[in-house]
Amino acid sequence: MSLLFTNARLIDPENQTEVLGGLLVEDGLIVDAGPDVAAPARTEVIDCGGKCLAPGIVDIGVKVCEPGERHKESYKSAGLAAAAGGVTTMVTRPDTTPAIDNPETLEFVTRRANEAAPVNVMPIAALTKGRDGREMTEFGFLLDAGAVAFSDGDNVVTDHKVLSRAFTYARSLGALVIGHPQDPGLSKGAAATSGKFASLRGLPAVSPMAERMGLDRDIALIEMTGVKYHADQITTARALPALQRAKKNGFDITAGTSIHHLTLNELDVANYRTFFKVKPPLRSEDDRLAIIEAVKTGLIDIISSMHTPQDEESKRLPFEEAAAGAVALETLLPAALQLVHAGHLSLAEIFRAMALNPAKRLGLPSGRLMPGAPADLVLFDADAPFVLNRYDLKSKSKNTPFDGQKMQGKVLATFVAGKAVYRRD
Amino acid sequence: MFRQKHLLGIEHLHPQEITTLLDLADQYVDLNRQDVKHSEALRGLTQINMFFENSTRTQASFEIAGKRLGADVMNMAMQASSIKKGETLIDTAMTLNAMHPDLLVVRHPHSGAVDLLAQKVNCAVLNAGDGKHEHPTQALLDALTIRRAKGRLHRLNVAICGDISHSRVARSNLILLGKMENRVRLVGPPTLMPSQIDQFGVEVFEDMAEGLKDVDVVMMLRLQRERMDGGFIPSEREYYHRYGLDAEKLAYAKDDAIVMHPGPMNRGVEIDGELADDINRSVIQEQVEMGVAVRMAAMDLLARNLRAERQNKPVEV
Repeated sequence: MSLLFTNARLIDPENQTEVLGGLLVEDGLIVDAGPDVAAPARTEVIDCGGKCLAPGIVDIGVKVCEPGERHKESYKSAGLAAAAGGVTTMVTRPDTTPAIDNPETLEFVTRRANEAAPVNVMPIAALTKGRDGREMTEFGFLLDAGAVAFSDGDNVVTDHKVLSRAFTYARSLGALVIGHPQDPGLSKGAAATSGKFASLRGLPAVSPMAERMGLDRDIALIEMTGVKYHADQITTARALPALQRAKKNGFDITAGTSIHHLTLNELDVANYRTFFKVKPPLRSEDDRLAIIEAVKTGLIDIISSMHTPQDEESKRLPFEEAAAGAVALETLLPAALQLVHAGHLSLAEIFRAMALNPAKRLGLPSGRLMPGAPADLVLFDADAPFVLNRYDLKSKSKNTPFDGQKMQGKVLATFVAGKAVYRRD
Repeated sequence: MFRQKHLLGIEHLHPQEITTLLDLADQYVDLNRQDVKHSEALRGLTQINMFFENSTRTQASFEIAGKRLGADVMNMAMQASSIKKGETLIDTAMTLNAMHPDLLVVRHPHSGAVDLLAQKVNCAVLNAGDGKHEHPTQALLDALTIRRAKGRLHRLNVAICGDISHSRVARSNLILLGKMENRVRLVGPPTLMPSQIDQFGVEVFEDMAEGLKDVDVVMMLRLQRERMDGGFIPSEREYYHRYGLDAEKLAYAKDDAIVMHPGPMNRGVEIDGELADDINRSVIQEQVEMGVAVRMAAMDLLARNLRAERQNKPVEV
């Protein structure tokens, strides 16, 4: 049985085009897409009514709190949230309790994910045992067990020798390492970005330079080892020239940023609102605009949700003590559409950063509307307005900074390998 | 005019509200100098002092202020109690709220903690210092001291000196003095200056001689040694040499410049002991006296607003 989408605004991140047309799916794969697509017999037809059809989002860096804190987010709740948000592949973080740092834990996680989540789940494994920066994990076994990358999350490996060996070993296996560019000495204890706002509020703050210092260190080790590297979040203007030089020098480096750093700035914290506490902290408006520009030019390759569930108890604390992070699987697309509606980016550009580039970086065939690619798709109305109510979220944790905000863009349906995993009622 | 429900910071106050409060505090200074120091302004109201951080002076000042106005005052040493048992700030607030306090005086080591607490209770909350954020009653008592010594609280040159970065006193003071149209200078080593503080309409100096030139008021800050991660300054003795206030450095200020310090002092670190005791220059003891009066005024005004708000509410039967 095949499936034909007609009358769709096809968002093609590979060719950077938006055309009205159709898309044909057979056996879970895209077989044809374009203005004129012929339907074979016995085809189910979905009339998209002129709405947008794009490759499903590939979200690198989703925190699902299994094992350890299932009350914050389980594979089931995260999977439902992802489906409702148009995310067809969650690339999950290893910063759980305990960390996902051995093949047995990774296999447990994969099994849980396959049972419970309706979308694709690809795990990142820890780079060092216990994420404590001393000994590398079993990269080989973990790759065999399905790890797609290695990262210690926001724990920065401070010992350069340990990191250089991990990079060297990872390079020999062709494994992708995801780093968190941040100087841990400067950023220790920080809850905000240093500057006028943090000074007024009396919050411990980190200079934006700490990000560049972390990135410079990692780039030196990339040059030394030849490792395949992705920076999880670049959020400051000062880090961009270093990134640009590294790319120009031909190093195997890509960079991401989080949706929150693209759509919010430090002033949003206002009166110590802890739902706006993320890691790294929100930056200045100048930084935000520079990062948007870098996404547009392609210097920053990937936009992630950096989905980090936190329960009420972790957030209802004085700002310094409150846990960092925000849920974002369901708000990633509408928040990214703010950048489209504001005229910063095109639809094809946001899907290049949210689907095509992350898929390419991980070597996945998805993230595009080409024949042969899996039919991981999101159908959405880019203009439909709504007011976000955090209690409507499917995530177990409701810590979104967008609560009560007017947004535009509703997901109408999400498909994984041609099967609907979400349909708006 | 005084429309506030809480006193969380100087940031929220209108200049006219500051004047109202200081005028009332002047009256309480007179009351406090009489033999019978008592008023009934807070009669029937319950005041709870919650100090999550050690304090002798501020807590005593609030306690005396409440008692002189006839409130039932209770002190809770929070650092010793439930916080150690893992109770969250919100839970503590809810528990206290159930006891129907009317005035809650709170000091907390984290910036913004008092704001958070104020959102969860039904009484007037006074910030007695939150982290590195604000310490509004200190700024108000400093303002009253200046106004009484100088005869006005505008068009003065005020130098705030020392550890600005860790000081909530400095933040509240620079906001208040700015609102009342004074020129504020911050003087201290760059390692103890908050980032981009020059954008707050103040002048920043790294040298005491330049910073104190022709000022009317010299406000010294305690070198918050207990807050230091270590390594902000090379040594105490070098700090005293370069930034400690002594007669020699004070000579750069106007001849009639007054010397202030929020206490407790580190004699021989940020201020010369003899100068601190010089009754012709130092108003440090007056600051303590004004502290009680200002806190009485603040609680009196908040209690009036609290009573007015309660009377406007329909009675539930």
